[in-house]
Amino acid sequence: MNEVPLTHILFLSTALFFIGMYGLFTRRNLITMLMSIELMLNSVNINFVAFNKYLFPDKLDGLFFSLFIITIAAAEAAVAIAIIINLYRSHQSIDVDDATEMKF
Amino acid sequence: MNTSAILFYAIATLILGAALLAVTSLKIFRSAIWLLFSLVGIAALYFWMQVEFIAAIQIVVYVGGIVVLIIFSIFLTQQSGNKMAKPAAPKIIFSALAAILGTAFTFNLINHYGFNTLSAQPFNSSVSEIGIQMLSTTSYGFILPFEVVSMLLLAAMVGCIVIAMKPTAASIIHLNKKED
Repeated sequence: MNEVPLTHILFLSTALFFIGMYGLFTRRNLITMLMSIELMLNSVNINFVAFNKYLFPDKLDGLFFSLFIITIAAAEAAVAIAIIINLYRSHQSIDVDDATEMKF
Repeated sequence: MNTSAILFYAIATLILGAALLAVTSLKIFRSAIWLLFSLVGIAALYFWMQVEFIAAIQIVVYVGGIVVLIIFSIFLTQQSGNKMAKPAAPKIIFSALAAILGTAFTFNLINHYGFNTLSAQPFNSSVSEIGIQMLSTTSYGFILPFEVVSMLLLAAMVGCIVIAMKPTAASIIHLNKKED
């Protein structure tokens, strides 16, 4: 267990976060952008759990933070998908480039 | 290098490889399936860290809930077999550059910051511990955020139904009358 240092877990979550960021920058489709956001949220969860386990093993606060993040991510995904379906009904497309009515 | 370390690097490879394919695949359905593999890998990482409760929640909520929701919405909104347009080359180059520079910067920061891990104490994350602390009303209890987040979930559910509801004929006529 102690063979793998904390920094390697942090490297993993950093790489995952920036992969999600790359997806958010390159994708133009709302569903795939939502998927990238899920990856970024998951990398934050990994960080919370790893810090809790390695640095503060006598407390449980990191676990609670990741539990609440998972809950809020589920609510966020549900609302986002409702909005995407509504957008598809009015525009017949879910590309961000096609929804430009409010663009200044 | 013992078995546990080998297991960690295998899980890390699975997570990062599946995540890379999820953000680069041009077929949206394949992208969703790669996301599924990445999330399963993260659940495996939680099992490896011996936080079984978070791993179970990860599987139930993400793999069983969010990915299924995403796949449903793909079926509802577009032809899943179609290829998406490839993003423009300059956009790919600059996004990759930003991501790689950010990763290198953060790696550098992590590498030079010495974490003093004092893991002499055992880490107790059993379900009973989590349950007692989550529902405790004393200080360091999490009952208030627990209740607030349950209200948030209820509000999100009602909001989703209202947003995605098909407008009925009666309500459209009502709206048109108002505009006249």
